[in-house]
Amino acid sequence: MKKNHVVEFLRNNMVPIMFIIICAICIYLSGFSWSYLLNQVVTRMGRNIFLILSLLIPIMAGMGLNFGMTLGAMAGEIALILVADWQIWGIPGVVLAMLLSIPLSVLLGLMCGKLMNMAKGREMITGYILNYFMGGLYLLVVLYMMGPIIPIKHTSIRLPRGFGVRTTTDLSNMRQCLDNQWALTIGGVKIPLLTFAIIGLLCLFIVWFRKTKLGQDMRAVGQDMEVARDAGIKVERTRIISIIMSTVFAGFGMIIYLQNIGNFPTYTAHTQIGMFCIAALLVGGASVEKASIGNVFLGVILFHTMFIVAPKAGQNLTASPQIGEYFRVFVSYGIITIALVMYEAKKRRTRSGAGALLAQAQQAEKKGGETA
Amino acid sequence: MKNIKKDFFGNQVLTDINFTLNEGEVLGLCGENGAGKSTLMKILFGMDVIRETGGYEGDILIHGEKAVFSTPFDALKAGIGMVHQEFSLIPGFTATENILLNREPRKTNVISQVFGERLNTLDRKAMKERSDAAIDKMGVKIDPNMTINEMPVGHKQFTEIARELSKDQLKLLILDEPTAVLTEHEAEALLASIRNMAAQGIAIIFITHRLHEILSVCDKVVVMRDGYVVQDVPAKDTNVPEITRWMVGRSVQSAAATQIQDHSDAPILMSIRHLWVDMPGEIVRDVDLDVRQGEILGIGGLAGQGKLGIPNGIMGLYEAGGTVVFDGKEIPLNSPRKCLDASLAFVSEDRRGVGLLLDESLEWNIAFTAMQVQNKFLKNLLGGAVKWRDEKAIRAVTQKYIEALQIKCTSSRQKARELSGGNQQKICLAKAFALEPKFLFVSEPTRGIDVGAKSLVLDALKQFNRESGVTVVMISSELEELRQTCDRIAIISGGKVAGIRPATDSSEELGMLMVSQVV
Amino acid sequence: MSKSQERLGQTRFGQLASAYGLPRLIITAFLILLFILAPFSGADFATQISNVIARFSWNAVLVLAMVPMVHSGCGLNFGLQLGILAGLLGSTLSIELGLSGGACFFMAILIATPFAILFGGGYGLLLNRIKGGEMMVATYVGFSSVSFMCMMWLFLPYSNPTIVMAYTGVGLKQTFSLENFYANVLADFLKIDLSSFGINLIIPTGSILFFALLAFLMWAFLHTKTGTAMTAVGSNPTFARASGINIDRSRTLSVILSTWLGAVGILVYQQGFGFLQAYNAPLNMALPAVSAILIGGASVNKASISNVIIGTFLFQGLVTMTPTVMNSMLNVGDMSEVIRVIVSQGMILYALTRKTEGSK
Repeated sequence: MKKNHVVEFLRNNMVPIMFIIICAICIYLSGFSWSYLLNQVVTRMGRNIFLILSLLIPIMAGMGLNFGMTLGAMAGEIALILVADWQIWGIPGVVLAMLLSIPLSVLLGLMCGKLMNMAKGREMITGYILNYFMGGLYLLVVLYMMGPIIPIKHTSIRLPRGFGVRTTTDLSNMRQCLDNQWALTIGGVKIPLLTFAIIGLLCLFIVWFRKTKLGQDMRAVGQDMEVARDAGIKVERTRIISIIMSTVFAGFGMIIYLQNIGNFPTYTAHTQIGMFCIAALLVGGASVEKASIGNVFLGVILFHTMFIVAPKAGQNLTASPQIGEYFRVFVSYGIITIALVMYEAKKRRTRSGAGALLAQAQQAEKKGGETA
Repeated sequence: MKNIKKDFFGNQVLTDINFTLNEGEVLGLCGENGAGKSTLMKILFGMDVIRETGGYEGDILIHGEKAVFSTPFDALKAGIGMVHQEFSLIPGFTATENILLNREPRKTNVISQVFGERLNTLDRKAMKERSDAAIDKMGVKIDPNMTINEMPVGHKQFTEIARELSKDQLKLLILDEPTAVLTEHEAEALLASIRNMAAQGIAIIFITHRLHEILSVCDKVVVMRDGYVVQDVPAKDTNVPEITRWMVGRSVQSAAATQIQDHSDAPILMSIRHLWVDMPGEIVRDVDLDVRQGEILGIGGLAGQGKLGIPNGIMGLYEAGGTVVFDGKEIPLNSPRKCLDASLAFVSEDRRGVGLLLDESLEWNIAFTAMQVQNKFLKNLLGGAVKWRDEKAIRAVTQKYIEALQIKCTSSRQKARELSGGNQQKICLAKAFALEPKFLFVSEPTRGIDVGAKSLVLDALKQFNRESGVTVVMISSELEELRQTCDRIAIISGGKVAGIRPATDSSEELGMLMVSQVV
Repeated sequence: MSKSQERLGQTRFGQLASAYGLPRLIITAFLILLFILAPFSGADFATQISNVIARFSWNAVLVLAMVPMVHSGCGLNFGLQLGILAGLLGSTLSIELGLSGGACFFMAILIATPFAILFGGGYGLLLNRIKGGEMMVATYVGFSSVSFMCMMWLFLPYSNPTIVMAYTGVGLKQTFSLENFYANVLADFLKIDLSSFGINLIIPTGSILFFALLAFLMWAFLHTKTGTAMTAVGSNPTFARASGINIDRSRTLSVILSTWLGAVGILVYQQGFGFLQAYNAPLNMALPAVSAILIGGASVNKASISNVIIGTFLFQGLVTMTPTVMNSMLNVGDMSEVIRVIVSQGMILYALTRKTEGSK
């Protein structure tokens, strides 16, 4: 019995366990010092967790991994560009950017949710393609509309040709303004307390949200749309709300992420963000239909540890830094592939087994009949 | 005394239905499939289908007042609750959460006052109290904290009932075949709880095929047939044989088949032993059946008793076990190809799902199976290396069947989707005929098609049998149709063969067999 | 249903739109507009046509690779990268063998074939386990295999100095010219070049003939017994099963065919483009092919050869015409990329969110 528990535990947590092993090997090979590692991981936790938390709500509503979170990231970027152009720096700039991103995110989330309602059962691929589509519109906005239609003045932001935004948006005046507030340094490791406090607040919100009527409705819709509809829950509306919430949080998350880095490639910053967030969440042991805050934290730690150490480990092993780069990308894609395959296979595996039971029952009946 | 009275004056499906039900009374509603029970309940429950199909005539009176329900939610408000045959439960939720789904007691908080009441938090304590109360009312013990997917079937059923009971205003509860999925033990508990609920003043309409259950809990019995209420009597004044007679007896006793043939001397063509089939909703258990060369064997029975499972299992569409010997050779089960190779053919009851390629031409629909299984309608090119579709031969065969079966279509290139139900059914038959089988299963050949097409389809089948000598097994819910077409009729009840009779036997006798082993 | 049809039928435009597909109509109209505007923008009309035809000849086979999987109901092949990788293996190994010219090209196809069968077979088996959720999984199967092969390109012991990285001597180059191998081997076959007459029209006849051959084979295959079965599997899998078809085998075969066509497709692309791109380049090859066939009027579960031809032509027309015309007209810099992304992804979105007709 006890052994079964161990096996069960191993099976259920295969992905994180595998990752711990990979990380351990890579850490050994990379030869990084612990304090360096810890510093990096803590920084990246502050940077990324908020973004990843934004994925939780759509999973609860049964809409799978929200590849459409990138829309929120775009909203965040546009807000940051505007704030940077107005030269509002520091924490006021961050707060203003967040406020600005809300209407944009709501709009984008509304559209995303509507589209996903039109493509039920294909939410993920729809969200994924929507990213690319909106990526095109985003380029249209930042390259052509910023200037003639949306006023952009400051020369550090505007392209020399007179309209459009420069390839890199510089946020150095805003860099780590959240992280440095109340920062604590313990044994050489900088802990950005304010950022963590904000993350903590979101965690609390999510925990609380699960207990609300809306949260309960989302869980119901996520498990069985038809039953929920019969019970009078507005299924479509609930799903749209969950996507809007996710998009808004993703927008905030992106702003936190970018203020930490201090600049961003204007045209491409959002392209990979969804993929890495989703991979990190899955590494933490989440699946397409179930994810918790714990998964987020574990995922960020493991995923980013690998991210930090893999190139160095690869270089030490094969004398080519490239190999580690490719390896970590491969792992990110691979982990998403595995999660998707497991999810789809499970959806289809419910049937078999009943037949065997029937045959058994018949056998038993026959035996019973004979003995009687 | 509060009177609940319903009068319907619908046409065709339901005609002049009148009955009354008092508070705390249990009414047993029975009738064959298609007698109009479900339609009646759908009207009573304000289901969308009714409105979409043109509404109904007549009045429903609750406490003497006319009630009009345009949605199920209106019916709920008026105190009518319904437990459907299919469970409507969220699998990952506990019993409590399901019982109070979307009616959870809530607590307000600061945020919800700003952002709207959907952000109220759930009041878990009040939820538990209310679900406990509902479960108590039912008089059966189930664990309110267990999630649905961990529950045995019976408990799911009780959870459904408790959900209706938890609605304060509940006055009338409709139970649609609630015991169909239960074990005997669970069914007894359910019957006990029905009595319990009635004692608390809730009126109950109890629909079931298990007649003895009706007799044991109901105050009165209403029997429906062909859209009419044929009997409305107190339960204590009647018995099972009488109810059966009412259920199947026809007002005009139609003649049985005109030309029945006796095949008892013919060799056995197919012999089925210990067949089980796992077809959801139509489970077959330990069926033994012999089919003789050249006959038309009818298989009848109530819905859900397993008659459909037999052909679907043998033809490999659902998981099956046991042995089937055809023409002296055993046929491997679970392999549609092997059956088709053995010269069996099957016209499925699920025309649109299984029977047709809706988005392809009639030509494809008719020729496809014969092409794939028997290499018909193919030209061998390059010395047989390439098997090329012979469009001309396909067109010819399609044209032949379009004429023979009088299929109404614009051309043989028309998409199957665009045809009417009756013509689609003819396409399915043509597909089977094109295989030129020795043995043909036809499942519900007249379901959902109009009267004219019906007789055409049945005649075609009969002709196919009589002229080509093909053995036909026809599965149908309509007893009269079986009696008109078949030589012998096997009745399936409870997944087993309840008896095999010549088609000349009276409907009453066959009807008795139908309900004999109902599970 | 019938009501909406009536309403559509009221206008001739509506009729046309419903037969041809509204988005396709818009794109066609846009393309025609571009052609009309082209002379005003100062671009040479014949050059433009030549460009469109050339791009068509590079890409058509890749788009054709979508057809088998759509037919068998596996949906759009978002995992086309697997075929491309097989093609890359074929071409690099063929070059490594020291071949050049047409021999090198056909050897590449030959070598790519077993890889395509292997990759496609495995991919097909995987897709059979996840029926209904193919597209998302396919996308990520494509991505992860590309990133896996990124590592392999570094490791595989290529030694031909023209294709390995110059400074280390190990690992494949990111991009290299096929000038000395098989650039334009197909295109130059029976090439029609009117430049000597003062018209800048060049038609790569060989490439187009090669595509025509493959398209004909595809068309022929769909008319055989096996091809018919494949279409039926896509149209209604339950019907096919009841007719004794082995659904899984049909689907796997279609995936292998798609993958092989992907492999040949990338080789044709390379010979036209003149360069071989390894590492991350294949990542973004699947989506343009998907949107091209959708623009051609295919849906998630129906596609024909004519969809391929029309779609590739429209899509490539858009890609080549927009930069020249738009840029000179509007003078706002290179908007073509933006338009290409919006049109192609919008098309896929449209196909995904359209209610799928047909039984499923």
